[in-house]
Amino acid sequence: MEAHVIFTDKLTKTFGSFTAVDQISFSVAAGEIFGFLGANGAGKTTALRMLSGLLKPTSGIAMVAGVDVMRHPEQVKRRIGYMSQKFSLYEDLTIRENIRFYGGIYGLSVQTIREKTKKLVDKLELGAHVDELVLRLPLGWRQKLALSVAMLHEPRIVFLDEPTSGVDPLTRRQFWDLIYEAAADGVTLMVTTHYMEEAEYCNRVSMMVDGKIEALDTPGQLKKTYNATSMDEVFRKLARG
Amino acid sequence: MNRFTAFIIKEFRHILRDRRTLLILFGMPMAQVLLFGFVLTNEIKNAAIAIVDPSKDAQSTALIQKLASSGYFRIEKNLEAASQLDPAFKEGKIKLAVVFPPDFARQLDHDGSAPIQLLGDASDPNTATTLINYAANIIQDFSAQRKAEAVLPYQIEVQTHMLYNPELKAVYSFVPGVMTLILMLISAMMTSITIAKEKEMGTMEVLLASPLKPIQIILGKTAPYLVLSFINAIIVVLIGVFIFGMPIRGSILLLGLESALYMFVALSLGILISTRAATQQAALFMSALGLLMPTMLLSGFIFPRESMPYVLQVLGNIIPATWFNQIIKGVMIKGAGIEVLWFQTCVLGVMALVFVVLSMRNFKDRL
Repeated sequence: MEAHVIFTDKLTKTFGSFTAVDQISFSVAAGEIFGFLGANGAGKTTALRMLSGLLKPTSGIAMVAGVDVMRHPEQVKRRIGYMSQKFSLYEDLTIRENIRFYGGIYGLSVQTIREKTKKLVDKLELGAHVDELVLRLPLGWRQKLALSVAMLHEPRIVFLDEPTSGVDPLTRRQFWDLIYEAAADGVTLMVTTHYMEEAEYCNRVSMMVDGKIEALDTPGQLKKTYNATSMDEVFRKLARG
Repeated sequence: MNRFTAFIIKEFRHILRDRRTLLILFGMPMAQVLLFGFVLTNEIKNAAIAIVDPSKDAQSTALIQKLASSGYFRIEKNLEAASQLDPAFKEGKIKLAVVFPPDFARQLDHDGSAPIQLLGDASDPNTATTLINYAANIIQDFSAQRKAEAVLPYQIEVQTHMLYNPELKAVYSFVPGVMTLILMLISAMMTSITIAKEKEMGTMEVLLASPLKPIQIILGKTAPYLVLSFINAIIVVLIGVFIFGMPIRGSILLLGLESALYMFVALSLGILISTRAATQQAALFMSALGLLMPTMLLSGFIFPRESMPYVLQVLGNIIPATWFNQIIKGVMIKGAGIEVLWFQTCVLGVMALVFVVLSMRNFKDRL
């Protein structure tokens, strides 16, 4: 197993004169849950989009799963899973149809998709609802389904862009169980969030302020360094500068 | 499974599941053609008219008879004096009045000419113009007959032929017009809305992060609507031909190819709009305002371009519908071939190229 599945060096993205991501450098080990924290507009989503091949970096180096993002974004896309802020399922399709579609665009065979559907539905206990429209599913289920669907093609790295926004704390907690489960299987998960309490769940977090990584460590170490009792306090101290 | 196939299957699921949109997609074109064809017709039959004939002589009676037997007019009132006309017009009982002078036959016999006054209810200008024209033609015909009987030294006879559409059927211009509108509507509006929907729901990000290529996403989103538009175009043409007796005098193949070209322009416009619109609402608004209105108002479909102010005529030139309207009328009604329509075709071709390049570039930058 490679030591670092994600590696960046002075990764930068500018939009015109605005620098959204300013020379960030870090690396993530396999099986790690890596959190990107920051206020809205701090650049975490932009960073995530660059790493997942959605946005072309302006400068710097980013290697994901051994592939140079700048040069071969298409190859990166094949190797990663991606879940967007809005759970990214089609509401007017049934659970089965959603799974079939996402399996299809990742090039899985019909046979594989059928097997995966059964396994996934059993695991999430959705058996009775598999032919119901996603529209009728409660938000928490949708979110879990979205994560499972994003991992249908068994990627080694999964990017989650604010996966828990708009969800109640209990459902959020359950969702994190799924994330832990995936990490235990050796999947690397990169999560952006603006819920500071979620930072506690990550192995390591990077705090982004105005496009720069201001701090990067384990939650415990960060709290010690900044002499804070919670991640929220760490963030507030950082943001104040 | 093939990635692209999976995508197309999904698209058709969206379309087939959305019954309401489907109903609008297929119901509206049919309703429009039928409505335009039956209701908004410019030909007028049995229009109520009033006659003011104080002379009551042989000549005036003959002319009145001719008017009445033409089928266009129904004599609603016979009045004694022109002063009685005003209330009749105001009540809306009559659309046209024919006023004879008191000594119609005498003037004709003595002077060789006599005035007849035609009064039209121009609160509805289109009807008034048509009626006046009908009546004037009948009167001219009448006077030509009399001249022939009188054997004057020389005479000028005006012969009018309405080419291609001798009965002046309105449906001849409405079927092409509705086609122009429908193809633009479905191709551009529906495409822009469906792409905007993916953006709104957050699924576009996931699609772009998947191994699908942007071109596959665009093609997958547009291909189903291309099929729908084509089916719709065929339905509209069939209604025109079989219900309204509209001819297709030119090549059907050419008609199909030109329609495909026009749809291509519309689709690329739709993609261009979707790159700018973040929500379905915005896409709908932009296509309605930016495409539908100009297509209806400026393309010459409803209002003749010749009578527009110069600025609007120029503006009309950059609307694809203007050119397609000329093409489709040429092919269907006049039987024109590509040797006549090459210029319009080239304009559409250039537009297609420009919009495709623009929308592709925008699609990559914006998403």
